[in-house]
Amino acid sequence: MRYMVMHYQTQDMEDGVPPSPELQAAIGAYMQEASMSGVLLAGEGVASSKQGARVEVESGAVRVIDGPFAEAKELIAGFAILDVDSLAEAVEHARRFALLVGAERVDVRRVIEVEDLQPRTPASGTAAGSPASSSAG
Amino acid sequence: MPDGHSVATGRTEAAPDDASGALRQGGGDLDDRVAALWRVEFPRLVARLARLVGDLDTAEELAQDTFVAALDRWSCEGVPNRPEAWLATTARFLAVDRLRRRDTRRGKYQLVAASQPETVEHDLDRIVHGDLAEDLLGLIFMACHPLLSADARSALTLRLLCGLGTDDIARAFLTPPVTIAQRIVRAKRTLAAAKVRFEIPAPSEQPARLDAVREVIYLIFNEGHTATSGDRWTRAELCAEALRLGRMLAALTPRDPETLGLLALMELHASRLPARTGPDGEPVLLRDQDRTRWDRLLIRRGLATLDRIEELGGTVGAYALQAAIAGCHARAVRAEDTEWERITALYDGLAQINPSPVVELNRAVATAEAFGPQAGLELVLPLLEDPSLARYHLVGAVAGDLLCRTGAHDRAREQFLRAAGLTRNNAERGIMQERAAGCATDHASGVVQR
Repeated sequence: MRYMVMHYQTQDMEDGVPPSPELQAAIGAYMQEASMSGVLLAGEGVASSKQGARVEVESGAVRVIDGPFAEAKELIAGFAILDVDSLAEAVEHARRFALLVGAERVDVRRVIEVEDLQPRTPASGTAAGSPASSSAG
Repeated sequence: MPDGHSVATGRTEAAPDDASGALRQGGGDLDDRVAALWRVEFPRLVARLARLVGDLDTAEELAQDTFVAALDRWSCEGVPNRPEAWLATTARFLAVDRLRRRDTRRGKYQLVAASQPETVEHDLDRIVHGDLAEDLLGLIFMACHPLLSADARSALTLRLLCGLGTDDIARAFLTPPVTIAQRIVRAKRTLAAAKVRFEIPAPSEQPARLDAVREVIYLIFNEGHTATSGDRWTRAELCAEALRLGRMLAALTPRDPETLGLLALMELHASRLPARTGPDGEPVLLRDQDRTRWDRLLIRRGLATLDRIEELGGTVGAYALQAAIAGCHARAVRAEDTEWERITALYDGLAQINPSPVVELNRAVATAEAFGPQAGLELVLPLLEDPSLARYHLVGAVAGDLLCRTGAHDRAREQFLRAAGLTRNNAERGIMQERAAGCATDHASGVVQR
């Protein structure tokens, strides 16, 4: 099963302080290590929210707000997708990552797979399509 | 993955506080955490220990002792912040202790170095801070040693590199646990008897040794991928383990085109797993698959790996060619968009470096798609005489289909019936019989099917 591991911005990241060479090396080492575990499928990091925007929709009305956003610690700084066999294993990798790169908070969430999403035969009416009935697959 | 309990239960959100008001120590109970640590650390510990003490049996035993000690300690004191460091230190302590006792017993001082081939690093401190990549690679080479039978290599690899227990391996291979346990014991004994120690083969031997490793990984993948019986979950598990091993090997030998080829091939095949079976578990042919169910992330990874192989240049091997073929299918948004001419060219290449009747049959199918049924038939007809394919129902199925499309209905019917008689799969037999009956009708009414 796959987990998305997301870490949050620190104030330094948000302020655009470039990662120290040590930190870059630490991140490189972590990626290398995770690759050698055979679990790392994808990962990216994002820049300060100064270079981003936010789209808000309220009752159908769209509002685009340019960054930066105040609450740095509420902002995602990057993600990795891990292919592991338990939440505990994903947490194990998240813990190492957090300690290595000095992240203050990392969320570990399971990725929804095709098998989780129901209907295989689209538009077969309203018949008996309880979402639970399909997960045998 | 279909294990019901974890499907969107929302367990991923940490509760801010529980009834006691104290911060909850999340990430599961101690057993879960130790199981997860086992998964990540066991191969590394065994590898490092094998390097220290030389043989797999002792290494595995010491790694297990390390975890026993950890459980013992952590159940009273809690898990430390960096459990992996604790495990490594403890494992090293146990190993040094063991070596010292061995020394004393044999009355020698410099023992470690004595009986070991040069590939083993004797300086303990250097080993302890040695390269993780080298540790793991050495362990893979040992587990996939050419002295061992294919079965033994798979079992040992799953055990040591994936940290699977005997029961897990047995379940996956639909084999009794006792058999697997014996296989592993015997494999370790064989290696010990031949004095095979932890080793990185000499550069001149590496290509052949890597071939053996890839063979083991692909065998494990196919065991899961082509499963015709058994519980689906455990079979998918085997594919997952093979992918893990393939990714591991690719990280360890990132410039080896065939390793990358194997990985790309497995990623691309795995991308179709969700579409390969219908709602009732029946197989769905590639051209009939709901391509929206294909796994986009795995496809992206597979295609990116193919690009990487191209960048590396050099000669392309059998895995890379098969991966390139899988890549053509992956790129086709609809079945009719498939670049059959390119696939045909790739099969031509594959038939040259890795000739086999099965490759030839696939080449015939691709040729027919690219250049018409007659061109395909020219390749299939000789295969009907091939004794090694005499019991292979797909030859009849393909020949029947192509004959039918050229209007030779009587001969087509004969081939469909032959295929129906050979397949062990009920659904497939039904389809073949239907097609045979269809040929009879078309023939009677003079309809030429294209």
